Amino acid sequence: MNTSAQTEPPAAPKKNLSVKVFGVGNAGVGILDLIIQGGLPGAAFAAVNTDPPTLAVTPACEQVSVETRLLRGLGTGGDPERGRIAAEEHLPKLKSLCQGTDVVFLLAGLGGGAGTGISPVLARAAKEAGALVLGFCTLPFACEGGRRLRMAQQGLAELKAAADGVICLPNQKVFKFIDENTSVVETFKITGQLLADAVRGVARLLAHTGLIEIHFADLAALLRDRHTESAFAVAETMGPARSREVMDKLLAHPMLDGGQVLGESDAVLVSLMGGPDLTMAEVNRVMEQINRQCEHAQVIMGAAVDESFRDRLAVTLIAARRASGEVPEQAASTSGADSLEVQLLSSSTSNRPGSRCVPPAPTLSPEQVEQLMARQTGRTSRGRNSASRMFQGQLPLEIISKGRFDKSEPNIHKGEDLDLPTYARRGVALN
Amino acid sequence: MFDPSSIIVGLEIGTSKVCAVVGELSADGALNIVGLGQARSRGVRKGEIIDTAKAEEDVRHAIVEAEQMADVEIRSVYLGVTGGHLRGFNNRGVHPVVSSDREISEEDAQDVVKNAKAINISAESHVIHAIRQHFLVDGQEGITNPVGMLGARVEVDVHVIHGNRNRLQNAVRAVKGLQLEVDDIVFNGLASALALLTNEQKELGSLVIDMGGGTTEYVVYANGIIKHTGVLAVGGDHVSNDLAYGLKIPLGRAEQLKVDQGSALLDDSVKGQTLNYSTDLGLPLKPVNLEHLRRIMSLRLEEIFQLIGQDLEQAGALDYVRAGVFICGGGARIPQVAKLAEQVLRVPASIGRTNSISGLKSALDQPEFANAIGLVKFGSFHHRRRAGAPSFAAGIRGVLSGIFKRG
Repeated sequence: MNTSAQTEPPAAPKKNLSVKVFGVGNAGVGILDLIIQGGLPGAAFAAVNTDPPTLAVTPACEQVSVETRLLRGLGTGGDPERGRIAAEEHLPKLKSLCQGTDVVFLLAGLGGGAGTGISPVLARAAKEAGALVLGFCTLPFACEGGRRLRMAQQGLAELKAAADGVICLPNQKVFKFIDENTSVVETFKITGQLLADAVRGVARLLAHTGLIEIHFADLAALLRDRHTESAFAVAETMGPARSREVMDKLLAHPMLDGGQVLGESDAVLVSLMGGPDLTMAEVNRVMEQINRQCEHAQVIMGAAVDESFRDRLAVTLIAARRASGEVPEQAASTSGADSLEVQLLSSSTSNRPGSRCVPPAPTLSPEQVEQLMARQTGRTSRGRNSASRMFQGQLPLEIISKGRFDKSEPNIHKGEDLDLPTYARRGVALN
Repeated sequence: MFDPSSIIVGLEIGTSKVCAVVGELSADGALNIVGLGQARSRGVRKGEIIDTAKAEEDVRHAIVEAEQMADVEIRSVYLGVTGGHLRGFNNRGVHPVVSSDREISEEDAQDVVKNAKAINISAESHVIHAIRQHFLVDGQEGITNPVGMLGARVEVDVHVIHGNRNRLQNAVRAVKGLQLEVDDIVFNGLASALALLTNEQKELGSLVIDMGGGTTEYVVYANGIIKHTGVLAVGGDHVSNDLAYGLKIPLGRAEQLKVDQGSALLDDSVKGQTLNYSTDLGLPLKPVNLEHLRRIMSLRLEEIFQLIGQDLEQAGALDYVRAGVFICGGGARIPQVAKLAEQVLRVPASIGRTNSISGLKSALDQPEFANAIGLVKFGSFHHRRRAGAPSFAAGIRGVLSGIFKRG
């Protein structure tokens, strides 16, 4: 968090930051359409897909078809491997697209062939071209089947490794926005709109010189290791009571579950955008409420001023939470044993937020044990570190039985179920 | 044999046992316990009836036993109630003194109490007790009787204990199903406090914790009045359940181990010790780690005291506890439980003794019976009040029974 030394708001709000938004795959191109319709000043657009027909209807500035003979103009057929191969073939072309861009936003719907396969390759290409990469992606609905979800998870892991940060929206969350009568088309439009809002919010936050600036590095640090589940909300209000209203509006956002998500998240980024008339008291009021909502989270805030936002206040909030059972990616990429310590610390405190179970005794994978041993003996074995890491996920089940109180009225006291054994709730290990 | 009106019976339908105590009020007003009956309770969880048929049967057993021992016929009982739905809070009533000389009259005192008892609670709630605390005259605190004093404004605090009407009614109906009348329903914690505390202790400030099978009730007395009451729907059953879960043994065995090997504190001497038991047939049972057993137990009990401590702290009642903590109920049987309470609450703690009543002394001076004895004591207060105004006795009884018929 940096406070700029300037005493008056800068006249030119834009930094010389060139932004390019890529829509990848059918879903990504669809979202890109929405963004172009809504307008995003100062950004260039590009659509990347495997089948030319969808590209034809997109009014995006640049259109790239990663067609190969292998696909025979039929798309990837839902196979990410084909998408990847096609993208690899066009790597130089993709790289040239990213040339001269500072920040690349990558929009994709994971789970299909094109989005899942191309986006990691594109992210890598953009990085090689010297751009910072931020991914915005959706995960498939649960009803789309386990295979798609698995592919999406795999694609997400690859994208995470390639991009600087990923914001991820599980489509399933959209069920809160829709009712019985919402059509499929509208539903996908809603998810698209949500991502488009997020893109616009992040673009705004990066492009404007802030009174309290948020750097891209802050954003990337926040999203690293946490992007399996992030929630974002954008709220805008006008008038004299704007700071009070904006908070109500923000908390009413279905994505935040009435503020519950904030309480569970462990990192929150807040960006306020107002006109030159934005007062410190207003910033303070909003931040105070947000801080109260998320006691456990690391909060990064920024405030920026834009002439066009006179009498308006927009708050963009991104809440990220480390998913349970997830092993931080760090140790795999950096083989340094220092990171192991960090990982051990963090895994014992914040890795399993919602679980009431006693942490099982073995918390180290064989690789980690090896690392630790190697460190103690003073030798490092680098051979195994690059090997792909497997970890066992955890089912979201409450595994403690309440025994004889199973069917009685639960005994909830300050969010704890007193019927469950105390030692289990407090995580006291019996061994 | 006895004048039936001088027989007072307290009935507690607890989670682990049903207990009926028969008291006899002698002509000079002394209370004597003459009978006791108890039965294992099977139809109650967390202090509330979940199986009416079984509960009725258990009550019948206990009543019959008490009748035989006391050689009386029991017609009516004072019924103890508890459960996680009970809530206690303090309410203040205000009344302006309108008489020209500003002297507070008897009517003023009655009116202000009436105002304080007019509380805003939901329709399904039933007020069990509205106990008068101290009066305030023109903001001056701690006045026990304002009649005859001068003032412009008289206020009074009452402590209100209320619970869900239907759930309270379940217990009352179970008793009525046995052709017994219910004289009054009494909050169990209050009854236990009455049995354990002397007037001096009430004046000095005491905390009574009744650790039952399914619930734990606590009452704070200070300056002779009830300051705070509360119920936690956590009790000895939870300890057994924790043990069964944690040690992976059947519930019945957990219960037995809790009684045989339990302790509220974990000391170093048990480290690494295991217990080997065998069945009646000589087959070995799964060995139990004593350290684990004690740890599970001590954590649960510690938590109970912590929750009570937090609640009292929030209500600002912990500072009033100067005479100490008195523990009763089955939980008082746990070795070193008083020591644990002392550690957590940082107030001297001891096991409560029901020494304020004469009668079957040695048999009755058990922490488990404090509750039922307290119910009898509560009944005797009512009785004396009734005897004091014989002409109104029928009227009061009518009002009381009316309450339950309406309820």
